[in-house]
Amino acid sequence: MQRYSGFGLAKHALSHHENWERQWRNPTPKKQYDVIIVGGGGHGLATAYYLAKEFGVKNVAVIEKGWLGGGNTARNTTIVRSNYLWDEAAALYEHAMKLWEGLSQDLNYNVMFSQRGVLNLGHTLQDMRDIQRRVNANRLNGIDGEVLDAKGVQELVPIMDCSSRARYPVMGASWQPRAGVARHDAVAWGYARGADAHGVDILQQTEVTGFKIRDGQVYGVHTNRGDIEAKTVGCVAAGNSSVLAKMAGFNLPLESHPLQALVSEPLKPILDTVVMSNHVHGYISQSDKGDLVIGAGIDGYNGYGQRGSYPTVEHTLQAIVEMFPIFSRVRMNRQWGGIVDTCPDACPILSKTPVKGLFFNCGWGTGGFKATPGSGHVFAASLAKGEMHPIAEPFSMFRFHSGALIDEHGAAGVAH
Amino acid sequence: MFYIYCPYCGEHREEEEFHPKGQAHIERPKNPEACSDEEWGDYLFFRDNPRGVHHELWVHAVGCRKFFNVTRHTVTYEILETYKMGDQPSITADSQNQVAAASRQEGVRA
Repeated sequence: MQRYSGFGLAKHALSHHENWERQWRNPTPKKQYDVIIVGGGGHGLATAYYLAKEFGVKNVAVIEKGWLGGGNTARNTTIVRSNYLWDEAAALYEHAMKLWEGLSQDLNYNVMFSQRGVLNLGHTLQDMRDIQRRVNANRLNGIDGEVLDAKGVQELVPIMDCSSRARYPVMGASWQPRAGVARHDAVAWGYARGADAHGVDILQQTEVTGFKIRDGQVYGVHTNRGDIEAKTVGCVAAGNSSVLAKMAGFNLPLESHPLQALVSEPLKPILDTVVMSNHVHGYISQSDKGDLVIGAGIDGYNGYGQRGSYPTVEHTLQAIVEMFPIFSRVRMNRQWGGIVDTCPDACPILSKTPVKGLFFNCGWGTGGFKATPGSGHVFAASLAKGEMHPIAEPFSMFRFHSGALIDEHGAAGVAH
Repeated sequence: MFYIYCPYCGEHREEEEFHPKGQAHIERPKNPEACSDEEWGDYLFFRDNPRGVHHELWVHAVGCRKFFNVTRHTVTYEILETYKMGDQPSITADSQNQVAAASRQEGVRA
């Protein structure tokens, strides 16, 4: 792999930047691998990267039906935070946060991780009680957090309407200074380049059409480019996880919904942090390019169409204008939808399945991006050892029968 | 934007009058006490999530406030039919496949 550096940039300037190496190969599928990852989004590529780099499993294929990071990885609003309520979820997201903090160095790829802080607003007394409870739980878990009152919020974000005139006045917020945003495409590309450098085969435009299962043990997959064999298969397919599970002969407690987001025309720097509100239901940040990145809740119906309904967009923008009257005349540039696999308890599934050797990493719902490094890391550890990593253990798919749910609707149900 | 036919009002109305309420035709186990953990967990948490024809429950929230069923395609989002509570769908994934297979068959003959 060609390492990126300031010196390299200068050197390539001499040849007019025409001799940069391709970031990853486009290999022909081999007949057999040690591990197959189904799904070439951020989580899948991160899994392959850590498998090859940290766990010594280098004979790995990542199978992607479209192109790398063309699904939810490139369709989210890039918010990264770890202020989750319950110990299990906090451990998982904080594990990811620690990896985020060194990710650009580790990958030798600038993922533009910017720790500009995240505000989760409270608009009612109950919101504020929940925020206090969550921030205290975060601190006990070693996660940074502060409770701010309306004045503190106003000082951080002078352009927000924190007056008592608002329909739902801002009463305060939780503030996680280490949280922030990252460039989502770069995350997928950086992991892909790193995985490829460690010998992982990334197979794009290769669609899994079925699993090869004998005596309850998986031994490969059928694809549109022929059969590929492996004794360990990890599925990281987000919105299409239910479809894959059905091919393998079992059900997952997931429902796939469209989640829409939109960006505005580029503006001069005006918002230097991330603002999220569960109550008026919207979240917003400003990208380095200058556009406002806006999102809110899912469309309520099931859908695989990577688009949603217009009324949802309208509700989202109503919430944003309610919080930021100054943005009322900003024009929106682009709008899109991703397919999120929502779980009944708003926590993911990282799990063994009824089929031996077949593992699933799914159910991230509306908030998977922030967990990309941590999810990939613990899932890689689980695939390498054949046993779930201790951080992943509580997120078994069998918790929906045992009743050991991890109810993160308070921290995760709506805004991400 | 959906334009949904409410089978009780007998009219097409805009999507904003309605709320989706998840999968249709779910029956609560008659005797919950007799359920195993698997059966009860399946009833509470496991839902059909097909990439294709799906039967779902909607409520005409700011209209007649009645619940009814919608058969809809989850990729094209096309609404294939709406029908009242207690009725069975006339269009299912199987029937759609048969229609598709039949049209392919005709294509071969022609």
